[in-house]
Amino acid sequence: MTAAEILSVAAFDEGRHAQAFPSFGSERTGAPVVSYCRIDDKEIRTREPVMAPDAVIVQDVTLINQVDLFAGLSPVGFVLINTSRTLEELGLSDLYARFPRRHLATCPATEIALEHVRRPLPNAALLGAFAALTKEITLEAVQKAIREHFAGAVGVANAAAAAAAFAVIEAFDEEFSRAAAD
Amino acid sequence: MLQQIEGSRAVAETVALCRPEVVCAYPISPQTHIIEAVGVMVKEGRLSPCEFINVESEFAAMSVAIGASATGARAYTATASQGLLYMMEAVYNAAGLGLPIVMTLANRAIGAPINIWNDHSDAMAVRDSGWIQLFAETNQEAADLHVQAFRLAEELSVPVMVCMDGFILTHAVEGVDLLDQATVDAFLPPYDPRQVLDVANPVSIGAMVGPEAFQEVRYLAHLRQLDALHRIPVIAEEFAVATGRRSGGLVHTYRTEDAETIIVAMGSVLGTIKDAVDIRREAGERIGVMGITSFRPFPSVAVRHALGDARQIVVVEKAFSIGHGGVLATDVAMALRGTDCVVREVVAGLGGRAITRESLVKLFYKATQGELGALLFLDLDVDVVDREIERMKATRRSGPSAENVLRDLGEPRVGSPR
Repeated sequence: MTAAEILSVAAFDEGRHAQAFPSFGSERTGAPVVSYCRIDDKEIRTREPVMAPDAVIVQDVTLINQVDLFAGLSPVGFVLINTSRTLEELGLSDLYARFPRRHLATCPATEIALEHVRRPLPNAALLGAFAALTKEITLEAVQKAIREHFAGAVGVANAAAAAAAFAVIEAFDEEFSRAAAD
Repeated sequence: MLQQIEGSRAVAETVALCRPEVVCAYPISPQTHIIEAVGVMVKEGRLSPCEFINVESEFAAMSVAIGASATGARAYTATASQGLLYMMEAVYNAAGLGLPIVMTLANRAIGAPINIWNDHSDAMAVRDSGWIQLFAETNQEAADLHVQAFRLAEELSVPVMVCMDGFILTHAVEGVDLLDQATVDAFLPPYDPRQVLDVANPVSIGAMVGPEAFQEVRYLAHLRQLDALHRIPVIAEEFAVATGRRSGGLVHTYRTEDAETIIVAMGSVLGTIKDAVDIRREAGERIGVMGITSFRPFPSVAVRHALGDARQIVVVEKAFSIGHGGVLATDVAMALRGTDCVVREVVAGLGGRAITRESLVKLFYKATQGELGALLFLDLDVDVVDREIERMKATRRSGPSAENVLRDLGEPRVGSPR
């Protein structure tokens, strides 16, 4: 929920309408949980869960074998998975056929968090990666929202994690563009 | 200032601006974030003077609020679901004594089976208690209604419950324009109690009242609620002047001008309903929405005025009276006595079942085609129900239905409770 909330704040700071909410109920550290974020240029009135997302961020890769996390995802949607492994290694090669290659990204967000924040909390890094992947939001807005959420040095460290993850996806993007050009 | 903020936090910040002098509450999901945030503000001295009293139960929470209010303090509490039931006796007492307590109700289903998710069963359980019950559509309205609630409660010496959908609103992060202290101070004068326990001028409050006067006391309480029907729109109007924002009032309409079918609902589902109505409007159907903000007192005249020209009313409600049907629908039908309006009841969203735009669009299409029956349970899984009925027929000791249905449905999906 922290990630969805920070993303909504970043979008709000950029003058957009945003709504973040958890899959109400068993929200506690460690429990499997889904949270949602809507971003729009007009007022968001609906209160239904997001059933056809434009992007799915998987924070905990151990969930991928429990359920099809990408069931409702738009055919031109984005997938961002927190992992140091590849989609092939995760057994998710079928995603290549379902979504544009450029929209599929993995990011070692937990490792990045450990490096910068010294705790295995991938929220900030994933939002940095999300910004690079979808361009729905700027890295600067994400970092500002992170520093608003986490006070002082923790905020600065998380903002650095977001920048590092942003760079990972940008590098992936460049590599992809070069490969596509070849 | 417009902020991207959790609904619970927005309510807590706004309650603090109302300068309550005594806050007492017992934590229960989904109310907890509100009370935690108010507690922190008292501890940090941001809300002062204010006594935050930790109590051992909801019964104690409302009892403390009653005591505080009777001594002339502005008192606030919040609860939900089973917590509300546990304080039920004191809830009636607060109203019966005419004490202007304000309480947030983070609407949640009532067990058994235990369920922490949203519906309106809890509010309906205290419908007849004598509290004013206002339902918020958005977090903006939830925050604003608290300021209006204190004003209304204290003017009339009646307790006011602000109902906001548990989780759907309390845990949603969205833009809320928070008021500033000067605006709230100008709108909400200091509490001037009609009755107060004062050692300098001793009175007793809560005397035994026998058959010679009980009915008269109740009738006076009814008159105060009828007064509220006049005061609620006036207070909403003054709030609009003070803040530039329309919040509160008795009812709200949306695209009802030429509507043949009007959907009626309360709370946060109105947003999804409006989206669905827009879709049906684009298809050329004459359909609109009326949201009811004031459930008690029930604004029969305003409802009749808003709905009277329609052919069909579809009441979508998150509660029902088992063995009868819709609660809100019954009130709406009463308000429409003597008109040609047909009232359909749709029960939806019980125990947190998501009310989706897709289901609503289909429902409204059926309604405009004249295919809706008197009572419908939206998205009811008829197969699951039928299989349990078969099990019950097959064997006497078929076991508990709730557990049978869960087993029938198989493993819960990610995001459902453990």
